Amino acid sequence: MNIANLQADLWSLAPELWLLALGLLVLLADLVIPAGRKAAVGLIAVVGLVLGLIPTSSMVLWQARSVLFGTYAVDGFAVFLKIIAISTTVLVILSAMESVGRQTRFEGEFYALLVFTALGLMLMAASTDLILLALSIEYVSLTSYVLAGFLKGNPKSNEAGIKYFLFGATASAVMFYGFSLVYGLTGTTNLYQIAQRLSAAPVPALYLAVALMLAGFGFKISMVPFHQWTPDVYEGAPTPVAAFLSVGSKAAGFAALVRVLVVTLDPSRVNWVLLIAVLSALSMTLGNLLALPQRNIKRMLAYSSISHAGFLLIGVAAFRGDFGTPGVLVYLLGYTFTQLGAFFVATLIGSQLGTDEIPDYAGLARRAPVSALLMAVFMLSLTGLPPTSVFLGKFYVLAAAIDNGLLWLAVVGIVNSVISLYYYVGVIRAMYVMPAASEAPIREPAGLQVALGVTGLGTLIIGLYPGPLVDLARSAAVLLRL
Amino acid sequence: MLSLIIFLPLVGGIIILFTSKANETLLKGIALGASLSSFVLSLFMTALFKVGGGFQFVELGNWIPSLGIHYHLGVDGLSLPLIVLTALLSLLSVAYSWRIEMRLKEYLFLFLLLETGMLGVFAALDFFLFYIFWEITLVPMYFLIAIWGGPRKEYAAMKFFLYTLVGSLAMLLAILIMYFNAQPHTFNMLTLIEQQPLAGKAALAALAFWGFFLSFAIKVPMWPFHTWLPDAHVEAPTAGSVILAGILLKMGTYGFVRVSLPMLPEAFRVYAPAVAVLALLGIVYGALVAMAQTDLKKLVAYSSVNHMGYVMLGIAAAAAAFGSPEKAVAAATALNGAVFEMVAHGIITGALFLLVGVLYDYRAHTRGVDEFGGLGARLPLYTGITTIAMLASLGLPALMGFVAEFFIFVGSFGIFPYLTVVAVTGVVFTAAMFLWTIQRIFLGPFNERWAGIPDLDTREKISLVPLAVLMVIFGLYPKPLLDVINAAMTTLVGMVR
Repeated sequence: MNIANLQADLWSLAPELWLLALGLLVLLADLVIPAGRKAAVGLIAVVGLVLGLIPTSSMVLWQARSVLFGTYAVDGFAVFLKIIAISTTVLVILSAMESVGRQTRFEGEFYALLVFTALGLMLMAASTDLILLALSIEYVSLTSYVLAGFLKGNPKSNEAGIKYFLFGATASAVMFYGFSLVYGLTGTTNLYQIAQRLSAAPVPALYLAVALMLAGFGFKISMVPFHQWTPDVYEGAPTPVAAFLSVGSKAAGFAALVRVLVVTLDPSRVNWVLLIAVLSALSMTLGNLLALPQRNIKRMLAYSSISHAGFLLIGVAAFRGDFGTPGVLVYLLGYTFTQLGAFFVATLIGSQLGTDEIPDYAGLARRAPVSALLMAVFMLSLTGLPPTSVFLGKFYVLAAAIDNGLLWLAVVGIVNSVISLYYYVGVIRAMYVMPAASEAPIREPAGLQVALGVTGLGTLIIGLYPGPLVDLARSAAVLLRL
Repeated sequence: MLSLIIFLPLVGGIIILFTSKANETLLKGIALGASLSSFVLSLFMTALFKVGGGFQFVELGNWIPSLGIHYHLGVDGLSLPLIVLTALLSLLSVAYSWRIEMRLKEYLFLFLLLETGMLGVFAALDFFLFYIFWEITLVPMYFLIAIWGGPRKEYAAMKFFLYTLVGSLAMLLAILIMYFNAQPHTFNMLTLIEQQPLAGKAALAALAFWGFFLSFAIKVPMWPFHTWLPDAHVEAPTAGSVILAGILLKMGTYGFVRVSLPMLPEAFRVYAPAVAVLALLGIVYGALVAMAQTDLKKLVAYSSVNHMGYVMLGIAAAAAAFGSPEKAVAAATALNGAVFEMVAHGIITGALFLLVGVLYDYRAHTRGVDEFGGLGARLPLYTGITTIAMLASLGLPALMGFVAEFFIFVGSFGIFPYLTVVAVTGVVFTAAMFLWTIQRIFLGPFNERWAGIPDLDTREKISLVPLAVLMVIFGLYPKPLLDVINAAMTTLVGMVR
C-alpha cells in the first residue's frame, strides 16, 4: 500500500473524519459558550451534521471499494446507512434542543455524545472486519449507555443506563465469543476471507458461532429473545435518546447483521434463514402482544419497535432475489422517519404536559392540531397503511417473503399488522375521540416543529413517491456483496 | 378527466384543512363545490362514454418503474355506473350533512378524502394503486364512525377497522402471489387478466382466490363475515351509513367481478357452489334477522346483508358457468343483474338510511319501529318517499330493485336451479319485513307523541327526491343503464371463456 492509496482511502473516509472533527468542535464550543445559551452548541452540531451529509451522499453513486487494508467498505449499502445515521442524529438533536436544556445542565455534552455516537453507527455499518466491527459496536454501546443514563437526577434514567449497560455488556461478551470461534475456524478476521474459508468449517461449530453472534446483534436491534432491556431503557432514558436508540442503533445493528450473515455464511451449510425466520415471527408476535396492554407511550413504542425488528428480519431471512435486502433498506428509512416522528410527539407531550401516559393525550387534536394530525399519520404508518413509508417497507418485505417461498412468515406478518392496529389506533382514539382535559393550546418549540415537519413529510413522500428511494435501495443492496 | 374526478374532492379537502375553522359557510361551500364538480364531471364523462368500447378515459403513467407499478386508470361499463353513483351519493351526503355542528372542518375533510378513495378504487387498473385507494377508504370511515357516531361508536369503529384490515391484508398477499407468478412481474390488472398467471397452478390459485375472497367477502359483507356491519351502520352518522351501505359494500362485490372472476376463473368455478351457499345463507339470514329488529336503522342494515346476498348469488352463478359455453347467456344475465343490483342497492339503501336519519337526527331522536304509528297522514312527502324506497327495496315491479333481482334470478336459475328456488323465498321475507315496517310506522292510529314533527325541509328534499326519481326511472326504463353494464359483462364473460 503506497501513499497515493492512503490518500484515496482518506478521501473515502471524509464523512467519518468530518464527524470526528465536528464532535471535537462541539466539545470545544461547549467549553466556550456560557450556560443558558447551550442551544447554540446544538445548532453547531446540527449544521455540521447537515454539511456532513454532502460528502456522504456524494458517495451514493461511487463504485464500491474496500479501504484501510480491506477492513472497511465504502459501498452503497454502507452509504445508505450512513445517511440514515446522520439524518437521525440531526433530527434527534433538533427535537431535544428545548427539553434537554431544562432537564440537565450538561446540555453541550449531550450533543457531543450524539455526534460521536453517529460516528460509531457509521463505522458499524461499514466495517468488514470482525475486530473493527467489535470495536465500533462497543464504541456505540458505551456512548449509548451514557446517553440513556444522562438525567443524573432521575432514578428512572439511572436505572435505564445501568440496565442497558448490564445487558449490553453481557450480549457483547457473548458475541465476541462467537467472533473468536469464527476466527478460530478460519484464521482471519476479514469478512470476505471468512466467507471463502468457512466452506471447510465443521457445521456444528458454525451453528454455535451464528447463535453466539446473534446474541450481540439481536441485542442491538431488540430482537426476541434479547429484547428485555428495550421497554425499561426507552421509558427511563430521555425521550430523544429513546428515539435515537430505537432508530439509529437498530439501523446500524441491522447493517452489521446483514453484512455478516449475507456476506459470510452460505445458507446451504448453515440454515440461518430458518433461524432468522423463526426469530422474526417470535419478535413480531411477542412485541405486538406485549404492546397491547401498554399505557405509557414510550413503553408502547418500545414493544412496537421490537415487533418492527421482527418485520425487518423478514427481509433478512428473505434475502434472495430483488426484494429482501432492498426491502430492509427501504423499511429502515421509512421506519426511521415514522418512529422518530412518533417519539418527537412524545417528546413534545412529555416536556410540555409532563406525562407519557397515552390517556393524557386526550383531546390533543384540539390542543395541538398539527402535531396530533402528524401523530395520527405516524401511527397509521407504523400500522402499515398506505400511502405511508412503513407501508412501503412492509409491502417490500412481504413481497420478499413470498418471492422466497416464506409464505407462512408473510401470513404471520399480516396477522401481526392487524394486531398492531389495535394499539396504534388507541393513540389516535385518545387524541381525536376522547374529550380534552383542558382546552389550553400546547406550545410547540421551533426545533421540534422542524423535526416533526421533516419526519411527517418524509413519511408521506416516501409513501406517495417512492420511485427514487426504491432505485437507490436496489443499487445499494447490489453493492453489498462486493 | 378521470384523475380530475377522483382528486377534486381531495383538493377540496386539503383547501378545507387550510381554511379557518370559524368560517363554516365557506367550509361547506368548498365541500359542496368539490363534490358537485366531481359529480358534474362524472356526468360529463358518462355522456362521452361509448357503450361497448372497453376501457375508456385511460390514463397511464409511470409511478414506481423499477417495480412495474403504474398510475393506471380507466373506466368500463362496470365501473362507470359505480363512479357516478359514488359521486352522486357523496354529493347528496354533503348536502345532507349541512347541519353537522361538531368539528365541521374535520368532518368535511374526512368525507372528501373518503370520496377520493372510493372513486379511486373503481377507476384503478393497477393493483398497487387499487390497494392504496382501497386502504385510503378505511381511515376516514373509522374517524367518521368514531367521532360522529352513536353511543357505541368506539366499539363499532374499531370493529369495522379491524375486520376490514384483516381483509385488505389478505388481499395484499393475494396480489403479491399474482405479481410473482406473472411473467414479467406486473401489477397491471388488464395484463394479469390476459396472462392468467395462475392458470394450471391449482394450489396457488386457491390460495390467491381465498385471499381475495376474504377481503371482498368481509367488505360485502357475506355471511358469516357480516357481524361488523350492523354495528358500524347503526353507530355511524347518517351520511356515513349512506356511504357505507351505498358504496363501500359495493367495493367488495366490485372486487369479485373485477378481480376474482376474470383473474381466477378456474378457482372461482371450483368454489362457486360454496360461495353461492354462503350468499344464500346471507339472503335468508339477513331477511329473517331484519324482520326481528325493532330498531329502524338496524333493520335497514340487515336488509343490506340480504340484498348483497342476491348480488353474490348472481356473481357465484356466473363463476360456476365458467367453461360451459351453453351457460354463457345465463352467466351474462346473472352478472348483469348483480351489477344492476349494486347500483340499485346503492340508490335505494342510500335513500333508506337518509330517511332513517331524517326521522332520527332532527325529529324524533328515536328509531324504535314500534314507537311510531300513523305518521302517514302527518308527513305525506316523507311517507311517500319512504314507501317508494321500501317497495323498491323489496323488489316491486316497476321500481329499480325488481329489475335487478329479476335478472339475477333468471340468470342463476339456469346455473343453480335449487339454490335459486330457495333464494326466491328470501324475497318473501324481505317483502314481509318492509311491508310490516311500513304498516307499523305510517299506518294505524297516530301516536300523539309526534304531533309536532314537520315534514321534509328543502335541504332534505334536495337529498332525497333525486334518489326516488332515479328508482322510478330505472325501474320503468332500465335500458340505458343496462346497456352500459351489459356491454362490459358480455366482454367479461367472453374473456373468461
